[in-house]
Amino acid sequence: MGVVAEALVWLTDAANWSGTAGIPNRVYEHVRISVFTVMCAAALAIPVGMAIGHTGKGRFLVVTLSNVGRAIPSFAILGLALPIAIKLNLGLGFWPTFIALFALAIPPILTNTYIGVAGVDRDLVEAARGMGMGNRQILRRLEMRLAAPVVMVGLRTASVEVVATATLAAIVAGGGLGRYIIDGFAVRDDARILGGAILVAILAIFTELFMGGVERLARPRTSS
Amino acid sequence: MILAQSTEEPFFRPEWVGRNLDRIWEQLVEHAYLTGLAIAIGLLISIPAGVFAYRHRRAYPPITWFAGFLYTIPSLALFAFLTAYTGLTTLTAEIGLVSYTLLILIRNVVAGLEGVPPDTREAARGMGYTSRQMLWRVELPLAFPVILAGIRVATVTIIGLVTVTSLIGKGGLGAFILQGIQRFFSTPIVVGAVLSVLLAVAADLGLLGLQRVLTPWSREKKWA
Amino acid sequence: MGEPHIRLVDVVKQFPNSQSLAVDHLNLEIEEGETAVLVGPSGCGKTTTMKMINRLVEPTSGQIYVDGRDVMEQDPVQLRRGIGYVIQTIGLMPHRTIAQNIATVPELLGWEDSRVKSRVTELAGMLELSIELLSRYPSELSGGQRQRVGVARALAADPPVMLMDEPFGAVDPIVRARLQDQFLDIQDRLRKTIVFVTHDIDEAIKMADRIAILNVGGILEQYDSPKEILRNPANDFVREFLGSERGLKRLALIKVSEIEVEEGPVVAPGEPVQKAFEVMESSGSTWTSVVEDGELLGWVDRQALEGKARVSDAPAQKFSAFVTADSSLREALDSLITSETQVAAVVWEGQRYRGVLNLERISREILA
Repeated sequence: MGVVAEALVWLTDAANWSGTAGIPNRVYEHVRISVFTVMCAAALAIPVGMAIGHTGKGRFLVVTLSNVGRAIPSFAILGLALPIAIKLNLGLGFWPTFIALFALAIPPILTNTYIGVAGVDRDLVEAARGMGMGNRQILRRLEMRLAAPVVMVGLRTASVEVVATATLAAIVAGGGLGRYIIDGFAVRDDARILGGAILVAILAIFTELFMGGVERLARPRTSS
Repeated sequence: MILAQSTEEPFFRPEWVGRNLDRIWEQLVEHAYLTGLAIAIGLLISIPAGVFAYRHRRAYPPITWFAGFLYTIPSLALFAFLTAYTGLTTLTAEIGLVSYTLLILIRNVVAGLEGVPPDTREAARGMGYTSRQMLWRVELPLAFPVILAGIRVATVTIIGLVTVTSLIGKGGLGAFILQGIQRFFSTPIVVGAVLSVLLAVAADLGLLGLQRVLTPWSREKKWA
Repeated sequence: MGEPHIRLVDVVKQFPNSQSLAVDHLNLEIEEGETAVLVGPSGCGKTTTMKMINRLVEPTSGQIYVDGRDVMEQDPVQLRRGIGYVIQTIGLMPHRTIAQNIATVPELLGWEDSRVKSRVTELAGMLELSIELLSRYPSELSGGQRQRVGVARALAADPPVMLMDEPFGAVDPIVRARLQDQFLDIQDRLRKTIVFVTHDIDEAIKMADRIAILNVGGILEQYDSPKEILRNPANDFVREFLGSERGLKRLALIKVSEIEVEEGPVVAPGEPVQKAFEVMESSGSTWTSVVEDGELLGWVDRQALEGKARVSDAPAQKFSAFVTADSSLREALDSLITSETQVAAVVWEGQRYRGVLNLERISREILA
């Protein structure tokens, strides 16, 4: 258990809790890019998913994207994002990481939004139309409400994946908690590797639980 | 930092592939080996665990909780944590990879066993199957399509995760991705990414084919 | 008769977490080669009782003997392999072909391949399952075919005892009737000892040598032959359970040959009309059959004979209702009330005139 003790020492060392390389800043960097990416991905994927689910056009795009998205390793996406960022003169660190995480977050959100909207009982839509609701009203009052829990599952999956993969950002000179692991590998500092690993694990599990809680809030009351 | 890859560097240089065919083949084989081994060990753990969880319902929540915990830990963190104990070895890679198979496989084993028709079970007991014969001749064969569906998902997931093990000196095709990132040279990244996707697709189709061959009874439903 | 094939002695079953008894001190004896049908409303413990015989359910107290041996002292797995078992939902193994399904118990018993194969073929023939079905999977068969496979599978190792839990329950009435008839034929040849569970009293009457009528809580209300139960229900519960057509149901069980058929008024065509009048007088009817050497020519009435010298001078009318000696009284009644005259049905025995059945005679059987 020697290494774990060393890691605990590293984690509680005041020197590691301040400055750019300090734990608070690394957590902030990690959360910042994760939240930013998921929000950007949601801003694109939710409207597109709704449109596809509502109209039924472009279903093929969703299915293909979610299948391909599952098969491409996130590490490969990160690798491919690097030359793209360089081509676009965006430099290292934040932007290649963003591109990779963005590409990673799109499929689960898009797929779930599509499934959520398309899964709304067609009889309900028919009834709404019969009561004189227009397309926009049907989408807002009916489909968006009923699809919300399924969309939330997609956001949860995307968030957990993004937080996990943001760890790899350190490979392309990004910030975040992955730095401790990658830098620790470079200098063979087991305490730092382990300390970083523990922090990443805690953050990932926190994300899972937090998003799980949000998802429960979005679920309709079963009693009504 | 100097960018070795200028903005003029082409995305993909076919001549690099020609020069590195032997290594590409080697890494591909390693990739498949690491994946296959992880799935095999994962099954050796998940089948007994799933059968146990199925028979002792109270054990199911803690088992899935633990497997879910392992699944949530970001791969890099898990590999980093393990290197402190087992170093940069295949063992480290396999412990990590196997951990990620458990949640998917155990869930599918339990779901598969739950899907065995109760009347088939009762008839088998009434005809004098021992509980061991019931497991091997009735329950597991009937659960097999669901278990295989789990194997397919786990295989695609693991093929992706194997690329991350490049950071601990393994990685199969992931080694090309890492090499590309470190040298700012996109060709190996493309090769690693494309081949790992192809490997995932091939494995998925191969397993689907295996299912059709091994479960002729579930294929001909349409004649019923 | 010596030891009954199956004997239940003071059998009690109480399920855990349940206040009431599922089976309440049940005593039952089933003779070899007999079909005993357990029938009753849901919650009467009929299925539980059946399942205690092959120990799918363990009795709380009491003894069950099969072939004189206490089942509780036998290995349940070996016990079950020696008892055929058919359930309503059949429970065919979806991953095994029909042939493999039928071969289940012989395989468990370790029969040689060639013996298994010939047995499967034999059973397919017995249950009229065509050979090409044998290589299919259960999902490719119709409901009726699956039921027959279920029966074939239970018969596979030729067990002396069969337990059947609503074996024909999952198919439509037409198919069910056909399966019942087919099974009665098979049972006629094989003479298995059968415990048969159903909630359908008509099925019970049709299939049973003896019926055990159970009440909620596993109380045996009556155990007797169908005829006896219909003729003499033990109490109000049984009477109510038998339903409103008790008399008709009983008629269905009695064959014409079983009752004394009256010859009825008969004259030969060559006799003088006076003789016919005498016959009518003595039998209190207004008509008489005309029979010559056992051959029925028809009937004549008083009016037709008026002023004639011989019976043959009047034209004989044709009878319109005929039954054979081995049809049931219910069929006789039916042909009688749907006939033109509604007076009498002629009973044939072979090709010969045996007598007549009238409503009075049949209703006397109902009241008996």
